[in-house]
Amino acid sequence: MTEIVITGIGATTPLGGDLSSTWANLLAGKSGVVRLTDEWFAELPVQIAAVAAVDPSERIDRVKARRLDRSTQLALVAAEEAWTDAGFDWETGADSQVDPETLLVSLASGIGGLHSLLNNWDAQRDKGYRRVSPFTIPMLMANAPASNVGIQIHAKAGIHTPVSACASSNEAISLAIDQLRLGRAEVAVVGGTEATIHPLPLAAFGQMQALSRRNDEPERASRPWDRGRDGFVMGEGSAVMVIETLEHALARGAKIYGTLAGSGISADSHDIVQPDPSGGGQSSAMRKALKNAGLTPADINHVNAHGTSTPQGDVTEAGSIRAALGADADHAVVTSTKSMTGHLLGGAGALETVATVMALHDRMVPPTINLEDPEPDLGIDIAANVARPLPDGDLAALNNSFGFGGANVAVVVTNANQTR
Amino acid sequence: MATTEEIRAQLAELVNEVAGVPVEDVQLDKSFVDDLDVDSLAMVEILVGCEEKFGVTIPDEESKNLKTVGDAVAYVEAHS
Repeated sequence: MTEIVITGIGATTPLGGDLSSTWANLLAGKSGVVRLTDEWFAELPVQIAAVAAVDPSERIDRVKARRLDRSTQLALVAAEEAWTDAGFDWETGADSQVDPETLLVSLASGIGGLHSLLNNWDAQRDKGYRRVSPFTIPMLMANAPASNVGIQIHAKAGIHTPVSACASSNEAISLAIDQLRLGRAEVAVVGGTEATIHPLPLAAFGQMQALSRRNDEPERASRPWDRGRDGFVMGEGSAVMVIETLEHALARGAKIYGTLAGSGISADSHDIVQPDPSGGGQSSAMRKALKNAGLTPADINHVNAHGTSTPQGDVTEAGSIRAALGADADHAVVTSTKSMTGHLLGGAGALETVATVMALHDRMVPPTINLEDPEPDLGIDIAANVARPLPDGDLAALNNSFGFGGANVAVVVTNANQTR
Repeated sequence: MATTEEIRAQLAELVNEVAGVPVEDVQLDKSFVDDLDVDSLAMVEILVGCEEKFGVTIPDEESKNLKTVGDAVAYVEAHS
């Protein structure tokens, strides 16, 4: 089967405006969660979120930025870093090392251009329809981030935006793996983005009792598997990878971070928001991913869990990891980087796949912070509060993402083909 | 009543804000599309901006006649 390697990475997150700062802060156990101070949050029960460390509009030409939703701005910043890191030219987009007909984009958002949608409705309601920007639709549509990245780099093999709520960007990665294996492309830009820190989603998720209300201790609010957890913390940001067939990467002498070895998808078909409490759908996705990668539970050293810090979700996932890996879960170091980044919704899978790739690359698993009073008998080995080293030799890891609607997507990363 | 040059200068600021065209390029004889590279959606924003700035109403069917900076300035002068 065609091997697929990662040759470029970019990220702009609550922990930093690029990959290196994000990764350093993940390993150091820093929280990106802050108290929101705008006056319109004051009446909300939830007043905390993980805001992007660097405002993306600072990094994009002013005239261009006013036509782009914040979610697209974040995606462009991360994509530029990834594309440049892979050795390609961003400004001209066209690059002699890549045939546009073999280049695709698969980049997801869970919710889409929320700020553009709501801001233009505010303008219409308050000042009339003439104040609605003619750019509203191309700003709010869910495929706007992927399409703007694709236009910049002249991707002509297809531009995809799978939408499966908080599993969206893992699904985007899975889709790209399939497309490369089918020979429909040789290079893909994959990832996810989200920008939904606005009073409406905070109110709406809050009404579901899904969000932490630890407003007075933002840095301690996201605490997966801790008994004091009370919901997830919304985060914003984007992570993007350049991936390509091993053959294509070797032919151009690209540096290689690791290998995307496979993926698995399942659907709970149980409830629109609650995971199947048996965890059967989740463990099915992990098993399918391992089979797809040609690996067994014994090969897995690390799991980047979905781990959102919700009372039920964390316990269900611990059980599903144990069910998928069996006794081999004893030697898999589990973490939830959402303890630091908050939950990037449709961007989460991409950011956490990046964290998984970097964990294998540097042989160091970022911690799950705030794990002061763990749930008993979880049956998994969590990197509690401090980063955990991984052994020498071959490494393999799973990254889980689960979404409302019952979508479960697991991606397998290995350090095979890593040349540095 | 603003002079032609005052209207042109304010319009130039608007075109710069919306489309990034240097203000000194926004002269009366210039075509928005052919000379200043203003696309159709940006043009809508510019005309709505004119309505706000100059207190005029520019119906959609009129907007297609405003091809040059001079056309827009003349429309504003005639209707404000």
